[in-house]
Amino acid sequence: VSLTRRTVRFVDERAGAAPFVRKALRYLFPDHWSFLLGEVALYSFVVLVGTGIYLTFFFVGSTKTSVYHGPYVPLQGHELTEAYRSVLDISTTVKAGLLIRQTHHWAANVFVAAIVLHLLRIFFTGAFRKPRDLTYYIGLTMLLFSLLEGYLGYSLADDLLSGMGLAIGYSVAMSIPFVGANLAALIWGAPFPGDHDFWSRMYITHVLLIPALLGVLIGVHLALVAARHHTQFRRTRRETERTIVGIPTVPGYAPRTLALAFSVAAVLFLLGGLVQINPIWLWGPYHVYDSTNGAQPDWYLGWLIGGLRLVPGFDWTIGKYTLVPNPFWGGAAFPLFVFVLLYLWPWLERKMTGDRAFHNLLDRPRDAPWRTAIGMALLTWVFVVFVAGSADRVQVLFGISYSAQMWAYRVLVWVLPGVALLVTHRVCTELREGEQVEQRRRAAETAARAEG
Amino acid sequence: VRRVVDALIAGVVLLLGRGRRAGRLRREERRVVALGPRRPGAELLAVAALGGASLCAVGFVVVYAVDSLPARTQLLGLSIGLSFAFVAAAFLVVARRVVPDEELEGEYHDVAPEEQLAVERIVSESGDSFTRKRLLKAAAGGAAGTVGVALVTPVLSLGPFLHTAPFYRTPWQRGRRLVDERGRPYRARDILEKTFYTAFPEDVDRELLGAPLVVVRLAPEELELPAGRGGWAPGGILAYSKICTHAGCAISLYRVPTFAPVEPKPALVCPCHYSTFDPATGGTVTFGPAGRPLPQLPLLVDDRGYLRAAGNFSGPVGPGWWGVRNRSARP
Repeated sequence: VSLTRRTVRFVDERAGAAPFVRKALRYLFPDHWSFLLGEVALYSFVVLVGTGIYLTFFFVGSTKTSVYHGPYVPLQGHELTEAYRSVLDISTTVKAGLLIRQTHHWAANVFVAAIVLHLLRIFFTGAFRKPRDLTYYIGLTMLLFSLLEGYLGYSLADDLLSGMGLAIGYSVAMSIPFVGANLAALIWGAPFPGDHDFWSRMYITHVLLIPALLGVLIGVHLALVAARHHTQFRRTRRETERTIVGIPTVPGYAPRTLALAFSVAAVLFLLGGLVQINPIWLWGPYHVYDSTNGAQPDWYLGWLIGGLRLVPGFDWTIGKYTLVPNPFWGGAAFPLFVFVLLYLWPWLERKMTGDRAFHNLLDRPRDAPWRTAIGMALLTWVFVVFVAGSADRVQVLFGISYSAQMWAYRVLVWVLPGVALLVTHRVCTELREGEQVEQRRRAAETAARAEG
Repeated sequence: VRRVVDALIAGVVLLLGRGRRAGRLRREERRVVALGPRRPGAELLAVAALGGASLCAVGFVVVYAVDSLPARTQLLGLSIGLSFAFVAAAFLVVARRVVPDEELEGEYHDVAPEEQLAVERIVSESGDSFTRKRLLKAAAGGAAGTVGVALVTPVLSLGPFLHTAPFYRTPWQRGRRLVDERGRPYRARDILEKTFYTAFPEDVDRELLGAPLVVVRLAPEELELPAGRGGWAPGGILAYSKICTHAGCAISLYRVPTFAPVEPKPALVCPCHYSTFDPATGGTVTFGPAGRPLPQLPLLVDDRGYLRAAGNFSGPVGPGWWGVRNRSARP
């Protein structure tokens, strides 16, 4: 009896898993490059967990200070927190430490990028419609927690840049109307930079609470995808709302997805080894009285720094009370609005179109001109704010006045989404009409040939 | 005659062939997975890629072990990255060239109304023996709410939730000397125009938001401080909280036109979101998102020439919150 047969028999007699495994092995994956974006995120997550576990063996989540005597000369004799010193050690004395640290950081950037692109694909093809709206909400929730997870991750290092980021996070928390100061007192334990407990809270949240939550959500997300099968484009007459056409897991799809997994790992480790990211030894340790010009967060928080910078200088006050301190608008209200709109979108679209049917076939973006137009308007809005966040770099590189840029962005941020809305809608309808012209011409030619 | 012979031959060939083909078909029907193309060349390519992966993996171990190599982070990344890339290539060759190129059809799952109905009935019929449903629901809701509140209550131990008094505190009070980063006290004559200084309260933790100051000197005739701040800037020396009132970063840019003025006046700028404050007018906001002026610290020069605080700030320091305007800064 062959080894395969013996293994299968062993497992099935004990777990009764053969029917399930049989289905899983012949589960169908429709083929389109854009369906791989979610997988890129998944494999980045695997790399994040692997490299992250390695980092926990060396990182110390404490702000106790000691004088540094390590090999990095510029900081010798400086009083450093244990958090910063341990990240410095990972980057200098731990063998392969810098590779793993940089790979971890790159993986975080790629992870969020893949999720965002995946979200765009889901949105513009209408894949969020019934029966996959629940899957979509879980995906959005994962994006939300991924942003927080990335922020906490680079904040842990306690370098100058991350300290500035934490000060901003603290200020946004403080700016929440009515309860901001109470929340900040609760989370930080004391006015910024907070008491010693804060670092261990951040640490456990970053390495256990959010990763575990993400792991569970990924599991539910994938289970829901599998339960209703993947969506598909209508490439031929074979694909219908009832019939799925795809490549089975084994033997066709497994080697493909493994190739993707190893490609993702390859790119991340090559980046981690060859392209420097977040050299904290150059930033130096954080002190509340220090800051540096040209500070930029990781890319996925760029929209928030843009939002914080764009808002004109005012606090909303009632008598002696400050109802809305300024950072609330760019740092909390803006992302909140974007996420609420994304969460509400499936429901809004059902309301607007009256379409409550099951959808297994995807739309092309042109098939739903209003959805595509509104999506492009929202994307443009967020993107203009994102670009506004880099105005200081543009001033340094091209000498364009920062304040002039800010005033331009304060106008563009409202004008360009409108333009994007109209242009996108027009392009979509023109594309569709173009197809209809083509169809009519072919029909007319066939009719003429039949007559002739 | 020839036609008949041809037809006979054809018939025999067909008959013979039919049997064979049927046999082959039967064998193929027994297969679950379609038989793929046989491409030994592609398999050799996959083998070569796997060999490359092994080679690079060995390279990784060697780089890890040999301390004398230069640029080890780069070599480590290159070797392990290429190793993964080779494995990916092997899988890609297998996927594209070796395994059968099946595209199968399947059914999307239908909803099962009878199953839904069954679940619904199990739930509703299980509850049929209850007679005081509303009362029970109210009681259960109450219990769930109170138990939930009880479970969440310990969260308040995280921090002094209701105690916001510390947000008004600063370590400054009348008479405290201003010292530099090494703890040396500043004299008034140390403070020059067109540059800025970071100052701290003597003998106090510098990592408090209320501690650090930015100190500049302007010509006394340029000052237009708000009413009630006469004498706060002896000799034109001004001290402001170094913490931006927008988002709590340190104000570490001092913009002074040194030649043909680009901007009209000296300004203190925060590099996080470029809130810009005018030191001549009491730290008012001239650009950027800050919603409050920078809190100013009144100064005095003692008889030995040292700079000292003449009181506390003009308002609470750092980012704003609900109560930031309704009390003053206090020690």
